[in-house]
Amino acid sequence: MSVLELKNISKNYGAIQALNGVSLTVEPGEVVGLMGDNGAGKSTLVKVIAGNFAPSSGEVLISGQTVNFHKPLDAQRAGIEVVYQDLAICNNLSAASNVFLGREPTRQFGPFQIVDYKHMQNRAVELFARLKSETRPRDLVKRMSGGQRQAVAIARALLTDARIVLMDEPTAAISVRQVAEVLNLIRQLSEQGIAVVLISHRMPDVFEVADKVIVLRRGQLVASKNASDSSPEEVTGLITGAIEAA
Amino acid sequence: MSNSSLSDAINNSEHRSFISRIASQQTFWVFVAALLACIALTLMTDTFATERNLFNVTRNFAFIGIVALGMTAVIASGGIDLSVGSTLVISAMTVSVTMASGMPFWAGCLLALGVSLVVGAVNGVLIAYAKMPSFVVTLGMLSIARSLAMVLSNNKMIYQFGPDHDFLLWLGGGSTFGLPHPLIILLILAAFTSFAFRWLRWGQHLFAIGGNEQAAVLTGIPVSRVKVSVYMFSALMAGIAGILEVGWLGGVTTNLGQSMELSVIAASVIGGANLAGGVGTAFGAVIGALLIEVIRNSLILLGISTFWQGTFVGSFIIIAVAFDRFRQARGYE
Ligand SMILES: Nc1ncnc2c1ncn2[C@@H]1O[C@H](COP(=O)(O)OP(=O)(O)OP(=O)(O)O)[C@@H](O)[C@H]1O
Ligand SMILES: [Mg+2]
Repeated sequence: MSVLELKNISKNYGAIQALNGVSLTVEPGEVVGLMGDNGAGKSTLVKVIAGNFAPSSGEVLISGQTVNFHKPLDAQRAGIEVVYQDLAICNNLSAASNVFLGREPTRQFGPFQIVDYKHMQNRAVELFARLKSETRPRDLVKRMSGGQRQAVAIARALLTDARIVLMDEPTAAISVRQVAEVLNLIRQLSEQGIAVVLISHRMPDVFEVADKVIVLRRGQLVASKNASDSSPEEVTGLITGAIEAA
Repeated sequence: MSNSSLSDAINNSEHRSFISRIASQQTFWVFVAALLACIALTLMTDTFATERNLFNVTRNFAFIGIVALGMTAVIASGGIDLSVGSTLVISAMTVSVTMASGMPFWAGCLLALGVSLVVGAVNGVLIAYAKMPSFVVTLGMLSIARSLAMVLSNNKMIYQFGPDHDFLLWLGGGSTFGLPHPLIILLILAAFTSFAFRWLRWGQHLFAIGGNEQAAVLTGIPVSRVKVSVYMFSALMAGIAGILEVGWLGGVTTNLGQSMELSVIAASVIGGANLAGGVGTAFGAVIGALLIEVIRNSLILLGISTFWQGTFVGSFIIIAVAFDRFRQARGYE
């Protein structure tokens, strides 16, 4: 069964129609590349799935169940995690603290509930090992590379046993070597059965990891097909409108 | 590499040795500076190392230190509290007026701390829920709280504290095992604050908010509630210092704690708190307060006009911040 299904999703901001009748499915463990020109509606689509706001019309189904998210926490509880580039990371804290931010485990110490650093440390080691990332839980995030920061953000998704991870431009501002690192992380998630929706303007990155490519143009879905049946040239044509639909 | 050896490698790579970690702490260097100043003063004057002078220094710095603990929490959360001096005086006035009217100490104490907490809550709510800049809100409160203290006391000096008069003076001015009471209370509060910063979720959350407020919101931390609690904590510290200072002085006027915020902010910043938020330690604040008081004391002992004090304290803030910028520019942090 599809882990995520969208039926006829539309969203308008006042007079602007950002999404227009978008339908798609995502399978467990599938990596979906979501592409489109600036303003095509990619971020809007991700925000609808993540519960930042409700669609103007249409239906969202998680594992076959219709859901109505009113706030991001609702989506999080349903197993949807968003990796917000640098936005959700505190540079002044350690990697482990960041992974557990807002969900710190505690233990009893006299009259106090104190943060269980040992547990956090052990869990973080385990999560980074699962991601095959060389990120040290005790290191401050500000001393880390872009790829390691992504690992921290993605480890958060593993911690909550997410079923779908949404990533908006995770490779936009990092070096080539780190891009490879992030793509590896995405493969690891997929291997654990977690679906990944990846928004990127970088064609080679998408084709390197995606099982399926979805193209939006002015709020409409113009293609949804297996990456192996498509090509960067075709997708470029679809994005610009040189090719009507595929 | 197998999973277990990978995690072993990760665990064992303790990046820096203990010594280099200590040496990279601003608190350590400030402590060294304070120590050097003390040694220099001992050699240069025969008045510094007297029991009486040391007693005065430790007691004076305790008041700044206590308030600096709260200020450090506020600064670490990414804000500033300019109203601490006024909160201190309104607390001092409340306890004095209550006790002068014949009520016991505990009643005056509870009332004073209650009033302080209300001041902090008003600051916090305006900053966290009305989203007003902390600078503006606490600047307004600086004026309001002092004015209310004048209204409360009719701007008269109070030096009679009813039935528990002697207890109040003992609490603020006395000593136990040779240690002035304000110093003992400072050490207890510093230990508690340090514990809370490191071990309570409250501490984690306030540092997260100071580091990246948006991240804190996105991860579901109750940001507004934590912020209100931080300003209440700061006001509570100022309130406690206010009560002790009345006991030490044996009387109170409405200019108590005037422009104290400057020394307190200086103590926090010298102690390593970063005005940009996300960084600061309780013991740093204590050491910062100590350094300021030693310098202040040395000006007096060396016969330098007290008019220079403001220049020193002000320069300290600027130098500490400049130092921070410099380290950042060199990519040290
Ligand atoms: N909060 C908003 N209020 C009004 N209009 C908005 C809002 N957010 C997006 N839009 C509009 O909706 C359309 C789709 O925007 P969206 O951010 O989803 O595009 P995108 O595909 O993510 O673009 P980019 O590649 O630039 O990130 C655009 O025309 C944009 O101007
Ligand atoms: Mg976008």
